[in-house]
Amino acid sequence: MNASLNPFSSASATANDDPFVGNTSNNTEPDLVIALKDVVAVLGNFPALAGVSITVQRGEIVLLKGPNGAGKTTLLRLCAGLLPVERGAATILGFDLVTQRQLVRPHVGLLGHQNGLYLDLSVRENVEFWGRTVGASAHEIAGAMSRMGVSGRLADVGVRKLSAGQKRRTSLACLVARRAQVWLLDEPHAGLDAAGRDELDATLGQAANSGATILVASHELERAGGLATRSVDVVAGQAITDSNESQGTE
Amino acid sequence: MTTIEPAKAEHDTARQSALPSQRSTATRGTRIIGIVAVVALGWLVAFGLGFSPADRDQDESVRILYVHVPTIWLAYLAFVVTAVSSAMYLFSKKKSLGWDRAAGASAEIGVTFVAVTLAVGAMWGRLTWGVFWQWDARLTTTALLFVTYIGYLAVRRLGGSHEQRAKRSAVLGMIAVVEIPLVHFSVKMWRSLHQEATVANLDGDTKMDGLMLFSLFVGVIAFTLLYVWLMLHRTRSMAMEDLLEERGLDEALAVRRAEAAETATAATSAPPTATMKTGSDS
Amino acid sequence: MITVACLIAAKDLRVERRSKIVTNQVLPFAGITMVSFAFALDKQNVLDTVAPGLVWLATMFSLLVIVQRTFAIETDDGALDAMRVAGVDPRAIFVGKAMALGFQLLVLEAMLFGAAVIFYGESIPSNNAFGSVVLLVTTMLSATCGLAAVGTLYGGLAAGFKGSETLLPLLTLPAVAPVLIGATKAVESAVGTSGAVVSEGWQWVGLLTLFAVAAVVGGALAFGPLIDD
Repeated sequence: MNASLNPFSSASATANDDPFVGNTSNNTEPDLVIALKDVVAVLGNFPALAGVSITVQRGEIVLLKGPNGAGKTTLLRLCAGLLPVERGAATILGFDLVTQRQLVRPHVGLLGHQNGLYLDLSVRENVEFWGRTVGASAHEIAGAMSRMGVSGRLADVGVRKLSAGQKRRTSLACLVARRAQVWLLDEPHAGLDAAGRDELDATLGQAANSGATILVASHELERAGGLATRSVDVVAGQAITDSNESQGTE
Repeated sequence: MTTIEPAKAEHDTARQSALPSQRSTATRGTRIIGIVAVVALGWLVAFGLGFSPADRDQDESVRILYVHVPTIWLAYLAFVVTAVSSAMYLFSKKKSLGWDRAAGASAEIGVTFVAVTLAVGAMWGRLTWGVFWQWDARLTTTALLFVTYIGYLAVRRLGGSHEQRAKRSAVLGMIAVVEIPLVHFSVKMWRSLHQEATVANLDGDTKMDGLMLFSLFVGVIAFTLLYVWLMLHRTRSMAMEDLLEERGLDEALAVRRAEAAETATAATSAPPTATMKTGSDS
Repeated sequence: MITVACLIAAKDLRVERRSKIVTNQVLPFAGITMVSFAFALDKQNVLDTVAPGLVWLATMFSLLVIVQRTFAIETDDGALDAMRVAGVDPRAIFVGKAMALGFQLLVLEAMLFGAAVIFYGESIPSNNAFGSVVLLVTTMLSATCGLAAVGTLYGGLAAGFKGSETLLPLLTLPAVAPVLIGATKAVESAVGTSGAVVSEGWQWVGLLTLFAVAAVVGGALAFGPLIDD
């Protein structure tokens, strides 16, 4: 697959350190952000990923389709540097996931089944906490909150009291405040109302335009499909790229 | 399945070299060591229970020391081996899982030996002191050492990949190196201030006669051989367990890939060539 | 790293201020432990003699509960994973969590000493009250550093695994044995149990300080490899 590209020759390329998502043009290589080859990952003894090969360019929004248990969540967690690569080769933003997955982490943001929020703190306190751990300014934090529509009245509400969609948006605001370049979203539409979904889609589109690379695992195909630049079927721990679409990205 | 060999070799060459290809963990070397160990243990029984005389003060109970003293020495040695292997795993470039298995196997044997020490020591204490247990500094430290390494073994079983297990337990093995001297130091300080007259001298060997000393020597030889023999077998069986999990993974992978191929061919939308691509690497 | 550690500590204390789990549940638990000791040791003069040890024993038990709680905050909604993904320095996580834990422990210890005064009839000897108080406070500070460091290290190791609530005491209690010994002896000297005098207590503070330094340095080094994989 993708024989014309040799993603692993660029493993030593320096990662794009630019803190702001929208300002990524100084990356010299062909903007290859995610490159996995025959990646196997295990949960316990179960091969959740049974040889995934996939490449993603900068600014793409890739939809991961597939039934429950196909390995979508595991794939996202692996890309976030949370799971070791058992076999195969993988680079993200030029970092080798096999040997330096700790270094990948600051540049990616994962929104999983859990939001990673402190339930007893308010929206503002959560976004501030996550933003300030990476040294974001007050301005950036406020910007992240207003972009995700959790500023204003919601800002001082405790996260425990929020609806699922509001929690999701708070979590995304934390990602923005953290200046993640690769967004790994697991069922981001779940629990959002129609307006929330539109807002989320608009945000994702905007983030992709400004250089963020987005992987979305979703059941809601018609919803996420309209947004995505291409889709990948994940079946039984393997990625099956829809061939005609994948050609288009090269 | 032809996939097993290349996949394994690619994944971990170190594991291969550490592993004999046969089904048993025994080799010619371990058989010889095993036989010698059995002979030495028989020799120890003969000297400990037969040839050596009863002690003037401790009477027949002195014979317990021929097991008690060698097992605790070997347990200390085993924990030192665990610490050194942990350090080797953490600080060597190659991160060979062999070091991790050596650390784990040695800790298991060490814990067993400490258990033997404590059990026979309690018997000896009952006979000599009249009580099973004394809050003597060395006894207390030994008990805490025992629990600490039980905790270490519990952490080894937490799960995750082999590398995760190795890293976690190696760090813990190193922490124990800091922990144990501190515990010993504090316990010693605690006891020294109490000035308890009843604390007996555990070093029964200081006033031993020649034959007793020789019996103890036999005990050390016998238990050292036993330790070496157990170590060899345990590390090999651990290597085989790891390999078994690897093979289990290979089979599970094959099953998963077959599942993917079925789903893909069943679904008309996915072109069969796409599945061939992802499946062909096996 | 210090900034991030302070952020984490402040966040933990703020969570506690909002949720009041430690205040409303752990402090009463520690109190009932003290009362239970009195039931179990119902002999003339026994309580007075063993009070310093009981205070620290109650602290150890409460430590286990607070450590569970402090890592439940992180694992409830996947925040620990989020912190790992965010690339937060593990040493900062360790120091931050240990600081918040230490602060809560200090409050708890103060309360337990108050309980010992009320329930067990402990008192500061009047002949050298100043020396006693200084020794008592120093003991509490150095013991707390050691306890907080060990608790955070093993709490982080066990967090998120099945059976973490049983693994934590197994790992923690043998490791903090020096603190239990040293702090008990030092407090005995401070309150003059069985004729102990203040000057005897300082060598134990030395031990506690040595332990605290080893635990903080060792913990900061080991925490990253332990939680990061």
